Amino acid sequence: MTVTTKHAPAAVNPAAGGSPNRKPAWRRKQAIAAWVLALPFSLLFLAFMVGPLIASLLISMTDMRARDLRNPLAVAFVGPGNFLDLFGDEKFLIAIRNTLYFAGVGMPLTVAVALLIALALNNGINRFRTVFRVGFYTPVVTSIIAIGIVWKYILEPDGLLNHALGTIGISGPDWLHDTSTAMPSLIVMAMWRNMGTLMIIFLAGLQGLPQDVFEAARVDGANAWQRFRLLTLPLLRPAILLGCVMISVYYFQFFEEAFVMTGGGPLDSTKSITYFTYDQFGFGNYGYASAASYVLAIAIGLVTLVQFRLLREK
Amino acid sequence: MRARWYLYVPLSAALLATIFPFVWMASGAFKPRQEILAGGASILPHNATLENFRDLFTRTDFTGYFLNSGLVAVAVVAGNLVFCSMLAYALTKLEFPGRKLLFGTVMTMLMVPTVVTFIPLFVLVTKMGLINTYGALILPFLATPLGVFIMRQFISQIPDELIEAARLDGAGEFRILFTVILPLCGPALATLAILQFLSSWNEFLWPLVAAQTEDMYTLPVGIALISASANSVNYGLLLAGATLIVLPILGLFLFLQRYFIQGVATTGLK
Repeated sequence: MTVTTKHAPAAVNPAAGGSPNRKPAWRRKQAIAAWVLALPFSLLFLAFMVGPLIASLLISMTDMRARDLRNPLAVAFVGPGNFLDLFGDEKFLIAIRNTLYFAGVGMPLTVAVALLIALALNNGINRFRTVFRVGFYTPVVTSIIAIGIVWKYILEPDGLLNHALGTIGISGPDWLHDTSTAMPSLIVMAMWRNMGTLMIIFLAGLQGLPQDVFEAARVDGANAWQRFRLLTLPLLRPAILLGCVMISVYYFQFFEEAFVMTGGGPLDSTKSITYFTYDQFGFGNYGYASAASYVLAIAIGLVTLVQFRLLREK
Repeated sequence: MRARWYLYVPLSAALLATIFPFVWMASGAFKPRQEILAGGASILPHNATLENFRDLFTRTDFTGYFLNSGLVAVAVVAGNLVFCSMLAYALTKLEFPGRKLLFGTVMTMLMVPTVVTFIPLFVLVTKMGLINTYGALILPFLATPLGVFIMRQFISQIPDELIEAARLDGAGEFRILFTVILPLCGPALATLAILQFLSSWNEFLWPLVAAQTEDMYTLPVGIALISASANSVNYGLLLAGATLIVLPILGLFLFLQRYFIQGVATTGLK
């Protein structure tokens, strides 16, 4: 990407440029040493992260297609055309709806379950504490692809879940091939996989709470529910905020779960914005796909901002 | 201490439900094809067999996927340990023009999702002639903001006097970093190594795009494409593959769980 290579030297040079007010020799020496230390990271970072991020915005305003790979600079500028097309594209609108569904239901569910587990672990679980922590955290470290395969196996029409439901006289649906149950299935799986991360964050938050305040509240006759609602919850606000932001940023990008378990189906009911971007990339529509990915990035930025505002107040 | 059964009972049930899919995965990996097709809820296979694993190694290039994943992960970990420590030391302990801007840019990029950069990255790597090579799989992950974040937090707690003393002894900044600072950073380096190994081992979208022939597939890509391409899903084979993807990470996790969990608790990031 020319964008990247052009920017790299400019960003790296200021140390050599020097400033008008003379600095002692040791400071100059230190500045040079610092830039030498920073250089390898900065070059890789500019070439493979910052550069592509800027290039992505530029590409999203062109009609770049796969055949332009030979000469990527010869593409036509189409301005906001791709973005306008996206919002008239039925498939993209469905992808937005699906992504909001997944994150909107999955985020509060995961936060609530993780909070429950963290509270339980923090209230008098002394034996096997590590066993519980490690156990609940295990799904987080495993590959989503591997996990997706197992869950698909469990959710097959004649799979383990329906077998279990059958023994109590319920005939379960074809979970992943029914438009009404496919998304909820993916959400439950995502909750199962990610609650461990939030549990750890909430536990760290709970352990940092001042014990004397809770003691005082107990002496004053506050019951467990009152202590939770009036003390724990407000004091834990920063940890909960962090958890909400992290998990929604992650859920907004969901893709692998659907790739392995449903292929985005049935009838596109589990196609996310990332999946849409991947599809368009596969069709060779690089400009259009980049525009879709930028819409997602902006949405993630906005959601993060809104959450910080909502939860930080008071 | 009185037993809090009303906490232990539901928590244990939840724990069992959390662990169970892994048990079911391993059990399915040892079941012969007929037994999987027949369904049923028996955890122990009636006729345990290794045929799924044999198929995995003979009908797919599983060994190749495994070596690719391992090689990429090791390279990514090594790169991050070196480059992130170097930058983090410069950012926390040295004065230089452009420091604030660089730090701000790095921290901003913590939030940027992969999906936004993968298309230009694909164009770039293709133009560099690196597509479908190890370079394509490794280079984009060699220097990650998360690594700088972790190392910076740790290095900033090291007292400046230590560095001043080394400077008075005539040590240069490189020597100070590698002989004074890094030997004190054991826990941070361990956390960083584990988090990077994990994310590299499990990375999916980029290797799916960048690895185009079977000899370059990583484990998740290889298994996902087998799963997506087959007309009738061969669960025995896939579960055997899934088991082998999960096993090394699970082993690492059980031995080093303290560092895994510390990593999440202190950085708030995966």
